[in-house]
Amino acid sequence: MDYFAQQLINGLVLGSIYGLIAIGYTMVYGIVGMINFAHGDIFMIGGFIALITFLILVSFGLTAIPLILLVVLLVSMAITALYGWTVERIAYRPLRHSFRLAPMLSAIGMSFVLTNYSQVAQGARVKPVPPIITGGYTLHEGAEGFVVQLSNVQIIVVITTIVLLALFTWLVSNTRLGRDMRACEQDQTMASLLGVDVDRTISMTFVIGAALAAVAGMMYLLYYGLVDFFMGFVAGIKAFTAAVLGGIGSLPGAMLGGLLIGLIETLWSAYFSVEYKDVAAFSILIVVLIFLPTGLLGRPEVEKV
Amino acid sequence: MSAPPADQTSRAPGAAFILKKALISAFVALVLFSLMIGVRTEAGPQGQLIYWTRFDDLAAMVAAVFVGSILMELLRQWWGPVDTVRVVPASVQSALSLVGRLVAPVLLVFTFLVPVLFYNERYILDLAILVLTYVMLGWGLNVVVGLAGLLDLGYVAFYAVGAYSYALLATNFGLSFWICLPLAGILAALWGVLLGFPVLRLRGDYLAIVTLAFGEIIRLVIINWQSLTGGPNGVTGIPRPTLFGIPLSPADDGLAALLGIEFSPTHRIVFLFYLILALALLTNWVTIRLRRLPIGRAWEALREDEVACRALGINTTTTKLTAFATGAMFGGFAGAFFATRQGFISPESFTFHESALVLAIVVLGGMGSQLGVALAALAMIGGFELFRGLDQYRMLVFGMAMVLLMIWRPRGLIGHRAPTVFLKRSQAISSDLVKEGHG
Repeated sequence: MDYFAQQLINGLVLGSIYGLIAIGYTMVYGIVGMINFAHGDIFMIGGFIALITFLILVSFGLTAIPLILLVVLLVSMAITALYGWTVERIAYRPLRHSFRLAPMLSAIGMSFVLTNYSQVAQGARVKPVPPIITGGYTLHEGAEGFVVQLSNVQIIVVITTIVLLALFTWLVSNTRLGRDMRACEQDQTMASLLGVDVDRTISMTFVIGAALAAVAGMMYLLYYGLVDFFMGFVAGIKAFTAAVLGGIGSLPGAMLGGLLIGLIETLWSAYFSVEYKDVAAFSILIVVLIFLPTGLLGRPEVEKV
Repeated sequence: MSAPPADQTSRAPGAAFILKKALISAFVALVLFSLMIGVRTEAGPQGQLIYWTRFDDLAAMVAAVFVGSILMELLRQWWGPVDTVRVVPASVQSALSLVGRLVAPVLLVFTFLVPVLFYNERYILDLAILVLTYVMLGWGLNVVVGLAGLLDLGYVAFYAVGAYSYALLATNFGLSFWICLPLAGILAALWGVLLGFPVLRLRGDYLAIVTLAFGEIIRLVIINWQSLTGGPNGVTGIPRPTLFGIPLSPADDGLAALLGIEFSPTHRIVFLFYLILALALLTNWVTIRLRRLPIGRAWEALREDEVACRALGINTTTTKLTAFATGAMFGGFAGAFFATRQGFISPESFTFHESALVLAIVVLGGMGSQLGVALAALAMIGGFELFRGLDQYRMLVFGMAMVLLMIWRPRGLIGHRAPTVFLKRSQAISSDLVKEGHG
């Protein structure tokens, strides 16, 4: 039971990170209707920028951990958001009204570019960082000496996720930008006729998605203590799986899907085999889609001829 | 109608506009590259991360973006607006269409002559074999993506199934290549049907992610099922193909000895070249024939409109499954060829990158155009080889080329979807024929 509780905590933390990335996928899909294959790499860039900012701050002699974390978070979000904006501007906007597969291929190309760019710019080796936040709480001590632990990092990851999610839900439901986004999602032509700047709204979607991915990248860095240039691919695929599992285009769905994928992965490695954890996650995706072809919370598409 | 003056000025922006745009680009580049290029991190001797600055590189990059932006804008002005129709004289047009019709036969004849022309150039022969392998994969995937319109991001799975089928059957049971080739195709087709079942109800991007997941599952199982597949170490010692039982070796019963000529390792390369050429042409021939059969027509109808397809009574289940199975079978053939050519296979060769490459070939080739796929494979694989000298920047340049090609030709090099059935001439239909109940 204790073991299970511990795995549950680990799974939820991992799921939060996936969920943050998945939101970026699902938003872009909702508005533009394309799979942004470069999003996983945006997450990786976010991790790198967080790492570099952290190193610089520490070498300047800053010691106040909360201040460092805040600065790292903001810098990473800002620069990664600019990456998201640039990628959209260069690779997707020229293909806005083009045929369906073209932006996807362009996105795959962009993903190669970003992966290789980080490899060339920062080297191929894994970059480890010493644990930045230490300590934690012991929740329960089992009879056989097994301890259920909740580390401070885990608390920070989950709280950051919840806060950002709340902020983001508020943004989509209550602000002008959110209204524009939902309008573009329903009908771009009509939205532009009614005075919504479609190009700007789509750009903002990419910017927000990239900022959330940067947060996920920083959380990943805090939680696992390393970044490398290839981590974007696997995390990206998992997060996209999460978005599809939850029903692509649905924000709560993305978070739910992220948590589910995180839990499946952790529990599968805990009880069955570590090697097959990805196989388990992908298999469950396929099984869910057989029975719910639009994901868990996705709206069924009405076909019109 | 003359254009309003405001339009005139926006069409020919002055130097100030270009400079402003370039400055903005340079500023964006400065922010983007500031940390990623301006600062280099590396694990130090004690395992602790250290960093050093590279402001000269950063300055060079920003300057390059600044100059590049100005050049781009000048180029755009020189080229004029994108959507102007350039009138091509009728004589040039007819000459172009003649050239267009001649490309395929000329290319085919040239391909047949490649081993003769480049007999002593091992590198070119190897490259040609590689290009032909991708031509075959492209033609195979074309059935699924180009004809049936089903987006498949896990095509490499069938390639892997084919390769491992041949490798395992040949090394464990000693079966010959010519027995294993159809078996590999059948097994891959079986997996195609297996993948086809869960995705029958899915459409568009849900389909894409399931096929991607399927490709990853196959790769992960191959990596982890060590007792069968050898895991990450792969399968070694895969037998070379024989000419229907006659080995291409310096032995006494080898082909060279039988023909009474001196043995040369190039014989095998040439044989492999014609083998993959034959396989690729088989793929092409079968696809062209299938397109004229009801099933091929059903694929194309499915691509255009699934709902209309169902309304016309086409069984979408069998249509989709046959598309998957046919595409997978050709992938399996190509995989078996890959295994016998390499003599060694490992999961490294079957990553998502390969799927993306083959898909890029199909899309760049124009989705359904056989000639386009062949040209795209030549361009992509040949181009990728050209970039070999760029070493670590290779994937960077490759990715950029992919993005630029997509922006330049979103519909592919040969971007037309010629319907295979159409009326030879349009007929005027009298109004009494189209009244209610007559249609």
